[in-house]
Amino acid sequence: MKEIRVHGRGGMGAVTSAQVLAIAAFKDGKQTQAFPFFGVARRGSPVEAYCRIDKNFIRVRQQVSEPDYVLILDKSLVDAVDVLKGVNKDSIIIINSAETIKLKTKAKVYHVDASKIALDIFGKNLVNTPILGAFVKATGEVSLDSLNKTIIERFSENIAKQNIEAIKRAYDECSE
Amino acid sequence: MVLTVLEGSRAVAEAVRACRPDVVAAYPITPQTHIVQELANMNADGTLKSKHIEVESEFSAISAATGASAAGSRAYTASCSQGLALMHEVLFATAGMRLPVVMNIVNRSLAAPINIWNDQQDSISQRDAGWIQLYAETNQEAVDLTIQAFKIAEDKKVLLPIMVCLDGFFLSHTIEPVDMPDQKGVDKFLPKYNPTHAYLDPERPMTQGPFAFPRPYAELRKDLSDTIDASKDTIKKVSSDFKKQFGRQMGDGLTESYNLKGKKIAIITIGSLGGTVKEASDRKGDFGLLRLISFRPFPKVEIIKALKGIETVIVLEKNISLGTSNGAIFDEVRSALYAEKDRPKVIGYVAGIGGTEVTVNDVIKVVDKSKKQKDGEIGWLMGEP
Repeated sequence: MKEIRVHGRGGMGAVTSAQVLAIAAFKDGKQTQAFPFFGVARRGSPVEAYCRIDKNFIRVRQQVSEPDYVLILDKSLVDAVDVLKGVNKDSIIIINSAETIKLKTKAKVYHVDASKIALDIFGKNLVNTPILGAFVKATGEVSLDSLNKTIIERFSENIAKQNIEAIKRAYDECSE
Repeated sequence: MVLTVLEGSRAVAEAVRACRPDVVAAYPITPQTHIVQELANMNADGTLKSKHIEVESEFSAISAATGASAAGSRAYTASCSQGLALMHEVLFATAGMRLPVVMNIVNRSLAAPINIWNDQQDSISQRDAGWIQLYAETNQEAVDLTIQAFKIAEDKKVLLPIMVCLDGFFLSHTIEPVDMPDQKGVDKFLPKYNPTHAYLDPERPMTQGPFAFPRPYAELRKDLSDTIDASKDTIKKVSSDFKKQFGRQMGDGLTESYNLKGKKIAIITIGSLGGTVKEASDRKGDFGLLRLISFRPFPKVEIIKALKGIETVIVLEKNISLGTSNGAIFDEVRSALYAEKDRPKVIGYVAGIGGTEVTVNDVIKVVDKSKKQKDGEIGWLMGEP
């Protein structure tokens, strides 16, 4: 089983990130689950969302405490919450940042300037779907094809087109 | 089988729509809100043809659903926590008038202090109201039980209201694959409600829920009690009929055993914790699970039978019966086993109160600890400080 934790801020769409990943993995033929941190989310406050991917039906429903993958939608969260909680040397971290960020971990850290991609394409700092392109590149856990299909189902035609473009750019521009 | 990845609330709302209720009257409350919201949307876009009654409180929601059922309609509502507590008075009337209302409970704690998270104090504390109570482990089961509930409730041998309970957030806010029963199949499984005991017809006026002197009142209460006990047969039958139609069944409809064969230790739980216990049992195989799907009627005989040969029973439950120091299910399980020769020791845990997490490791630790514990010991699982 692979466990994913998404760190975002209220209003950034961390739950959508987790849900889109879950649906994309399902389209790849896997069993999945996604859920938000249960609580009261205020705009701007740190939030989490979770996703699990496995070959069998997922029965555990606890929050992800030992993530295989961590997605960080806003780099300022690194100083605000313990984004490394439960991370081990085999974990992979993907962070929205223009520059390399030094984290105190042996895990691989990928960065992508998802904010710039989002501003270029949407004209707004909406990074929750673009960063999934970087996730695909860094982990190979879901296919780009299924991710794009999920986007097409979820959004209206024009918005889906923009998202797919943003995902492609994040895929190409993501680096360790 | 066509699986779709759906949020629990959405899946339940779709199941309700497939049952073609005549009347929906519900008041939103976290974490049940999405169900009501989805049903209202379906109603607005015309895909749900029921009469949607806007109400100003849960007291009105259950009153409207009860009234609609008394007039002969298939009536649905949903609630939890303070909302369900506010319904308390009417719940007894719905059951006493033998009205087959179906209500989803998206389990949440009770104030004070205010807490929006999951436990089952809300529905468990309504246990004596005369409603059947069924609990789902997964979103699939929440869907399947909701559809079965209408059929059980409307069975001429039953005619009782039913709560189908799903854990707030753990199920309601989680997206996972669900096989949604097709409309044709549901229509075949659940024919139109055709009441013969309670309906509105000017040609045949009737009084419902009138005054009763002591002796008839007592007789009717006994009749109600006997009916709930006897509803076990219908619950099992509907569960196996559902399997014939849709190809799946959890346990026998009343309880589900998992990895119990040949084991000396059994965990009894209810709701989504069942999945956690199954996972724990697979990781450390020295115990099995007996999950109660039905809490009312209480499957006493089935529990005794399933626990034959078991030496230790651990009850994990998300409620506290204040004043007894333990959860309500613990007492009922222990009482059920009292007359048995070689009865097992029974250990109880009040767990997951107010949304605290019960992890797979917690379950394994509880089992290890039980090996040194005495009959009747009670503990609390309340996660990290």
